[in-house]
Amino acid sequence: MKQFQYLRASTQQGVLEAINKPGTKIIAGGTNLVDHMKHGLITPDKLVDINHLPLKGISPTKNGIHLGTLALNSVVSEDALVLQKQPLLSMALKAGASPQLRNMATVGGNIMQRTRCTYFYDTTMPCNKREPGTGCGAMEGYNRMHAIFGASAQCIAVHPSDMCVALVALDATVIVAGKKGERRIPFNEFHRLPDDHPELDNHLAKDEMIIGVEIPDNNFAKNSYYLKVRDRQSYAFALVSVAVAMDLSGGIIRRARLAMGGVAHKPWRLFEAEKFLEGKSVSEDTFKQAAQIAMQRAKAYEYNAFKLKMAPASIVEAMKQAAGLA
Amino acid sequence: MEKENNHSRPVEESDVKDNSRRNFLKQSALLTAVAVTPAPAVMAAGMHLDEKIAEAFEKMPLKMEVNGKMLNLMVEPRSTLLDILREQLDLTGTKKGCDLGQCGACTVHVDGHRVNSCLTLGIMVNGKKVTTIEGLAKGNQLHPMQEAFLKHDGFQCGYCTPGQIMSAVACIREGHANSEHEIREYMSGNICRCGAYPNIVNAIQEVKEGGMAI
Repeated sequence: MKQFQYLRASTQQGVLEAINKPGTKIIAGGTNLVDHMKHGLITPDKLVDINHLPLKGISPTKNGIHLGTLALNSVVSEDALVLQKQPLLSMALKAGASPQLRNMATVGGNIMQRTRCTYFYDTTMPCNKREPGTGCGAMEGYNRMHAIFGASAQCIAVHPSDMCVALVALDATVIVAGKKGERRIPFNEFHRLPDDHPELDNHLAKDEMIIGVEIPDNNFAKNSYYLKVRDRQSYAFALVSVAVAMDLSGGIIRRARLAMGGVAHKPWRLFEAEKFLEGKSVSEDTFKQAAQIAMQRAKAYEYNAFKLKMAPASIVEAMKQAAGLA
Repeated sequence: MEKENNHSRPVEESDVKDNSRRNFLKQSALLTAVAVTPAPAVMAAGMHLDEKIAEAFEKMPLKMEVNGKMLNLMVEPRSTLLDILREQLDLTGTKKGCDLGQCGACTVHVDGHRVNSCLTLGIMVNGKKVTTIEGLAKGNQLHPMQEAFLKHDGFQCGYCTPGQIMSAVACIREGHANSEHEIREYMSGNICRCGAYPNIVNAIQEVKEGGMAI
């Protein structure tokens, strides 16, 4: 690992001043950043440790829950308020990584984690995300783990997070701080599709930092489910994952939220399927129709065509679990 | 250069021991460390730029408690907790497997919580309490989890074992050892290439059912 200067931040203002300079990166849990530094994917001159800032708290707000950016994944997943109000988030977090990593990883770091595309990690291969303009190794390569939605000619990588799939389904908001103050970004607008700039994962400006996430109250707690399909039963990235949250009343779907992981450059919200579900009665047939709608613009590559069957089947299974039909 | 080889290692009574194989390995590790001195530092040394050398080897103070002993160390910011434990403190029980947070062989407890020491920068543990596999036994009396691993043959080659045991202790303390399914899920961050999983699960279940405070 290349040498770097280590700075311990004591104020948010200090962090914002430090990250304005090139070659400076924020470190929180470090599970993704240290990994990248060992692989030589990034070689920062300075690391700003933000762990001493008072941003760990999980607290109720007037109409929701606030998660501090430094709240640990393990802590959030077992928090009483989260379990009571947003069990979907807890389920997604527990499906991610390992207990050891969840004890280190933070909310903000989870949002900022980068793709696990093997061509991104392999510095001997071309990668437009790692080195813009060099090409994409995955496009014609072994693209079994790759995107079926929203990919571009530049990049077919997927976002690896489980937590983010739940947060996008739950209409969360990312709160970021910059020199001009705070701004709030709807979760679905935080991450980007690759388009012509796959090197950019999200819309966070270089001189901004995430300080927290807010999840608005809803009526989804009783009927939500996170299904993760992977090569082994635990501790593996998703081939496909599905977050379902429904507000049911007398067998009728009043509102539904659906999102998928492992299928796109960002946590993938299924808006059209959600719209279709509103007002429909709960049945496997309804869920199958919704899954079909969700898959309309899917496009597979040589080795990930199996996702075109696995994804809709997973949507139906997750919805059945959420509705209590399974 | 001599100064760089002095790992500012605190001397404990237990250090006075005769273990030639371990000492040989230790020495090899030191020689390797010299061989991989960063190129800029070598160049700078050639040009007598002492300041550059200082910069390349810049160390920071790290104060942490390891297995009950308070230590004051000087470490490079890029040193992982794993490397500090193994190379600087000679606590070689904690193993380096993948070094990328994928195998769990490096699992230790920081302030009571299990973490991957290979992805933890040592400098970030400043002011905290670290427990390694060496810190579990009380004198000659093995920790109940160590006893259970022996009894149930929870290993074959043994390389993953320290990490498995540290994780297993945490698994019970966290309250995640209530069924075979739950144990398997909450032990999934520790890979065993020999496939001793059924025996590991048995060992954990026995300690859990024994109801001892661990």
